[in-house]
Amino acid sequence: MMSVMLSSPVLAVLGGVWGLLLLATVVVWWIAPAPDSELRQRIRSWWIIVALCSLALTFSRTAALVFFGFVSFLALKEYLTLVPTRNADRRVLLWAYLSIPMQYYWIGIEWYGMFIIFIPVYLFLLLPVAMVLAGETQGYLRAAGTLHWGLMSMVFSLSHLAFLLVLPQAQYPAVSGPGLVLFLLLLTELNDVAQFCWGKLFGKHKISPTVSPNKTVEGFVGGVATTLLLSALLAPWLTPFDLRDSLLAGALIAVAGFFGDLSLSALKRDLGIKDSGHLLPGHGGILDRVDSLTYTAPLFFHFTRYLYF
Amino acid sequence: MGPVVLRLLFYALIVKPFLLLAVGVSVRGRERLPRQGPALIVANHNSHLDALVLAAILPLRLLPRIRPAASAEYFLRGRWRSWFARQVIGIIPVATQGGCSRAEVLSEVGDALAAGDIVIFFPEGTRGEPEALGKLKSGIVWLAQQRPTVPIYPVRLRGLGKVLPKGDWLPVPFFCDAWVGEPLHWEGDRQRLMGSLAANLGGTL
Repeated sequence: MMSVMLSSPVLAVLGGVWGLLLLATVVVWWIAPAPDSELRQRIRSWWIIVALCSLALTFSRTAALVFFGFVSFLALKEYLTLVPTRNADRRVLLWAYLSIPMQYYWIGIEWYGMFIIFIPVYLFLLLPVAMVLAGETQGYLRAAGTLHWGLMSMVFSLSHLAFLLVLPQAQYPAVSGPGLVLFLLLLTELNDVAQFCWGKLFGKHKISPTVSPNKTVEGFVGGVATTLLLSALLAPWLTPFDLRDSLLAGALIAVAGFFGDLSLSALKRDLGIKDSGHLLPGHGGILDRVDSLTYTAPLFFHFTRYLYF
Repeated sequence: MGPVVLRLLFYALIVKPFLLLAVGVSVRGRERLPRQGPALIVANHNSHLDALVLAAILPLRLLPRIRPAASAEYFLRGRWRSWFARQVIGIIPVATQGGCSRAEVLSEVGDALAAGDIVIFFPEGTRGEPEALGKLKSGIVWLAQQRPTVPIYPVRLRGLGKVLPKGDWLPVPFFCDAWVGEPLHWEGDRQRLMGSLAANLGGTL
């Protein structure tokens, strides 16, 4: 089955990820000796994330779609747990959850037209209808608005990651769907890590003091540079990009990831919370990990699709 | 012990997977939970799921010993509901209405504790408004006085009143929390026990 899904470059890069994580684990054991320190918890969570992603990507396309659909479910559930919801909308929320298997089903049958309008058009119109039929007008705009924002971010945007799996690849025999997914996931997450590390080491000038005081100009610049370099190195293995496009993709992911992160920080500030949950010890909730992806996934997808597929 | 097998199957195949996949209960202070009976597990009450969650976060081997105290008027209504509540869930029916004395109402709960069971008890007496602790009834003090050696484990639950509130039958997924507090003991002071319970179940931990 693995031979169906994975090309050898994908396996090589996955191997590299495991090696990198092993290295990071050794470094963290050295710099954070306390067994339950946040850094150690964070590394432990990374092992689980990397193991699950590797399994999902190597097993089969269906397994990958189910896995990414479940990530969307967890993200939407965490979002709906955080934001205020109305008791009158309980049935509507169930419909919203039901949209997740449907959205990933469109991907499974490679129906791009439905995938791209299902949530922005049909659910945008239909869920408010369900709310109207329930008859509660108090807080209507807020309820319809917050629900749609959540669906767009956690289901529509994140599902673009999964659509990379099914982009037609006949014209690029060396490129595979899992390779594109791995490229996007890896660059998005390493960009987060790189911005964090550069900021810790050299951060001085706050870039957005009111939204996320830990973000600095130095961290941002260091992160963008690291991501550009990684993109140029990895693109020949995993993507059809030439050097120019791999640098553009790297820049797109670095900048989009930064704003995805900030957007979720603004949401958390608005709600007066620090972490979005506690699903991933050391990271916070699942939204704290997929925040950048909600921006990078659709933008990278359309960049790639427009230029190459 | 057929019903015990049913109870194990019900928790292992339905309750635990449902709580893990559809709900997601994050437990803090799990290490403080009792490892054996007798024990009183006391929590705020907003949902039918509360008792199931409290039973599910304990080790599976304790399941045959777990007895939620529950309203006789509600859970013994109808033949199937009554069979399910008594045999599968293992409730101790408590008459919440009618003019019985406290000793009569709670004697079966006291007996279960004497027999070494782990009793799940909701001192508010009924499911209240989500995320608002109702007034604690004094039944818990009477139980603590009767069984002063039994430790009382306060657990604060949050979110289950959104998943399955009073008056609805269809659960909606939300993440939930359970905070297990330090066990309390009867020290002869009613006010103090009620105060610690209220702080554990309704305060910000």
